[in-house]
Amino acid sequence: MEVAAPTASDGDRVLVVDDLTVSFPTDDGVVQAVRGVSFDLGKGEVLGIVGESGSGKSVTSLAIMGLLPKSARVAGSVRLHGQELTGRSDAELSKIRGKEVAMIFQDPMTSLNPVHPIGKQLAEAVRAHQDVTRSQAWDRAVELLDLVAIPQSRERARQYPHEFSGGMRQRVVIAMAMANDPDVIIADEPTTALDVTVQAQVLQALEKAQNETGAAMILITHDLGVVAGQADRVLVMYAGKPVEIGPVDDIYGDPRMPYTIGLLGSLPRMDTAEPQRLTPISGSPPSLINLPPGCPFTPRCPRAEEICDAQEPGLVITTSAAHRAACHFARELGDVQAHDLFEAETLDRAALSDVLGNEPRDGA
Amino acid sequence: MTDPFPTRGMKPSLEEAPTQDRAPIEREFTVEERSQARQIVRRFMHHKLAVASAVVLILLFILAFVGGHFWRYNYQEFTNDLSQSPSWKHPFGTDSNGVDTFAAVLRGTQRSLEIALFVAIVSTAIGSIYGAIAGFYRGALDTVMMRVVDLFLTFPIIAIAAVLGDKYGAKAQGWLFIAIIIAALTWPYVSRIMRGVVLSLREKEFVEAARALGASDRRIIFRHLIPNAAGPIIVTVTVLVATAILTETALSFIGFGVQFPDTSLGLLVTNAQTAVDTRPWLFYFPGLFIILIVLSINFIGDGLRDAFDPTQTRVRA
Amino acid sequence: MSAASPEPAGDATPLLSVRGLVKHFPVRSRGVVRRVIGEVHAVCNVSFDLHHHETLGLVGESGCGKSTTGRAILNLQTPTAGEVYFQGRDISKLSRKQMRPVRRDMQIVFQDPYASLDPRMPVAEIIAEPLRIHGMYDKTAKSQVHDLMRLVGLAPEHGNRYAHEFSGGQRQRIGIARALALRPKLIVLDEPVSALDVSIQAGVINLLEDLQSELGLSYLFVAHDLSVVRHIADRVAVMYLGKIVEIAPAAELFQASAHPYTQGLISAIPLPDPAKERSRERVLIAGDVPSPVSPPSGCRFRTRCPKFANQLSEAERQACIEAEPELVERPGVAHPAACHYAAPLALV
Repeated sequence: MEVAAPTASDGDRVLVVDDLTVSFPTDDGVVQAVRGVSFDLGKGEVLGIVGESGSGKSVTSLAIMGLLPKSARVAGSVRLHGQELTGRSDAELSKIRGKEVAMIFQDPMTSLNPVHPIGKQLAEAVRAHQDVTRSQAWDRAVELLDLVAIPQSRERARQYPHEFSGGMRQRVVIAMAMANDPDVIIADEPTTALDVTVQAQVLQALEKAQNETGAAMILITHDLGVVAGQADRVLVMYAGKPVEIGPVDDIYGDPRMPYTIGLLGSLPRMDTAEPQRLTPISGSPPSLINLPPGCPFTPRCPRAEEICDAQEPGLVITTSAAHRAACHFARELGDVQAHDLFEAETLDRAALSDVLGNEPRDGA
Repeated sequence: MTDPFPTRGMKPSLEEAPTQDRAPIEREFTVEERSQARQIVRRFMHHKLAVASAVVLILLFILAFVGGHFWRYNYQEFTNDLSQSPSWKHPFGTDSNGVDTFAAVLRGTQRSLEIALFVAIVSTAIGSIYGAIAGFYRGALDTVMMRVVDLFLTFPIIAIAAVLGDKYGAKAQGWLFIAIIIAALTWPYVSRIMRGVVLSLREKEFVEAARALGASDRRIIFRHLIPNAAGPIIVTVTVLVATAILTETALSFIGFGVQFPDTSLGLLVTNAQTAVDTRPWLFYFPGLFIILIVLSINFIGDGLRDAFDPTQTRVRA
Repeated sequence: MSAASPEPAGDATPLLSVRGLVKHFPVRSRGVVRRVIGEVHAVCNVSFDLHHHETLGLVGESGCGKSTTGRAILNLQTPTAGEVYFQGRDISKLSRKQMRPVRRDMQIVFQDPYASLDPRMPVAEIIAEPLRIHGMYDKTAKSQVHDLMRLVGLAPEHGNRYAHEFSGGQRQRIGIARALALRPKLIVLDEPVSALDVSIQAGVINLLEDLQSELGLSYLFVAHDLSVVRHIADRVAVMYLGKIVEIAPAAELFQASAHPYTQGLISAIPLPDPAKERSRERVLIAGDVPSPVSPPSGCRFRTRCPKFANQLSEAERQACIEAEPELVERPGVAHPAACHYAAPLALV
């Protein structure tokens, strides 16, 4: 576990998340959506959080900003510049949201007001932070639109959100984030609904915003490719818990958690001369209600042994202090490729011969 | 192709593979989900009032269809106890002819429930198929079919039922004519709902999948569209059934429904209207049963609507 | 791993030949009288061949007409013009009844494994439906369904469960089993893995590959994800605004794409390799896809084309504006590309 002092001395860390847990009571039992997430974020650093659906990555980001529904039970600590955020009232948090922390969601319309022109919304954000005249704020708004590569920005600024395409709206939201000059940008699946060429435009705008403001960024996505190009560090989540965290090159080059290894092995690649057989991870993620003890990946893990069923591993240091993995065998998994670990399933031969020998016939 | 007999697990090439002969770890891979039917039943069970209503309705059914045979009086039997107030012998009292009110109420309840069932089955069947065809084919056929529905909906239900009921209501199977008339006037509601549901269902990919397999329209309508519209239809029909019972009661009340020597709850109330002050049991007991039936069906409808609504949140606040 | 060779062995006639396929959708005005006020040019003059045992990837962004092409081939949407030859016979003008026997040989797997299975039908019944429809449901049908379930990696004893009791990957396997029930020759795979998580997606891709090599299937693989297409396809056709802009064997397309749109598309896919991702050369495409109701004159891609914007002279641009580039082989390019100034570029 990351050691974070409980006092307000987080040093140069902009954001510190310490043992964050989120659970939702439901009719079937308590859903433990996030089960102890800890990480910190230095100034200007980009942390990618990756995981498949239901891994708790989005709930984590919402919990940081206090945007979860009232039924959620949140515990642990989230500190921004050493200030505790958990347990604050919604009014206090909404002051922080947008100013010190900017959020970019999958749907840009959550952040845009449909009844005001884009430029007006941007100018208001500028004026909220800087003591400038209306026309100066408007000029800055147009400038921001230029920065995120909106063509004909001066005319476009007068238009309403519905006159923009999805990709452009997302870039407007990014411009808005820049206007607020935040210390942390949290982007939650910002490109998921977009086409790839538009995704590339949005990612470029995001990079620009991050450089321009010097903000630290949390980029949450299910796309391992997006993270590879954008993040300095990567946090891999599975079943509500971080299972591996480390510098981006370590995670992709020398992953130490079988789940990460499997995830990378199951990605079809376009940069290989001859396509390799993919190594899927069998089974599906566990239900987050009444999780059995032990490592939640055990049922899908080819490396699992008895200890995995008995005891859930914490993050242990692997290649360096910065690179940690939650696996009992993390230190033994160096140079292990997905193909060594995961057996690519093949067709059931018996079923195949049955199928071939039992053709459907006419006139039944 | 690789190994034809794949074994899950690590290849021995990995250095140090200590416990090779460990017992295979068995765990459920897939997330356990409830079947849709079970979820619906469960959500219904959460609606306490609906569950209580269902129990009441079932009891009423048993009482009306079975109880009548075991009760010591027949509804057509004239006893010597004239205009008696409720007692152990006659729990609901008797009327001026000495007919046991409890027996009459049981008979009336039976008639009401019979009409309810008939209307439910007939208007569901006709309305569903009609609506499904209109929604499935759309275009001109839909336009014509829906204008016919509009026409039916403009008919003043009570007036028509009154005219026709007056003509046929006195016959032996009088209740059946009433039921047919009510069903004829309620199926358009079902068909409208059905059409709406089918209009959205037909755009679903599983319908296109059936087309890609070469399925006939008939198959698509009966095997795919109608079963998937069951939820909203059931909800609509419960409401219509309650309406049907009230319509029958109203018809009997104004004298065009079920007629003597048969009896119905509406008829009982009518006959007792002059006796409200002197012999209130004659009026209030059949009235109570009408309210009981209609309310319980309405609550069941509420419960079903919630149960079929997948957007209903399962998080306890 | 796809065992199929790009060159069909012996059999020279392609399994599927699409010639000049056009599909327009009318755009109607709002209100009571819904006049036709325009046409969406979803598919415009698309031609290609698909050989036996071959996988042709059809890629492009949303709205490029790739899914419509797939459906028009299956005659699920009647083509506005053009011919679709399946096993040498034009099926584009067949009636629904005449199509029926043809459907045994051509099937489809849909993108959304949630929407494409009837929620009120047990899965064994879903898989048996094609047999019932084609009058092939006999005594052996039950065991056929069991065998199919085993073949796609499902437990036959789960046959009486409903679709929603299965995970996304399992549902897609159900869809595949249904498509296989009649032993088709061609399967149109309409984004079959794009709704699935990566670890699940890989299993479905492997399954599709194995089924193809064992059952001798031909796939038309419609997708927006180039890395998946690179993995599974023998040849790839790239579509933009209803037209094929480039078509080439998969390896060649990725090593020497010649159309600026293909180049932009390849550049836009992030590589799951931080070092490569940081250092790779990119072709960036600006803006959004124009409306298919009024596509640009000449080359449809010119409004977003980086080459048009940055490299071409005024005179060269004129050709892009006035003349629509044909999908033909051009000097220096080994495969057909619909760009006046096509030049190969290695981007991965």
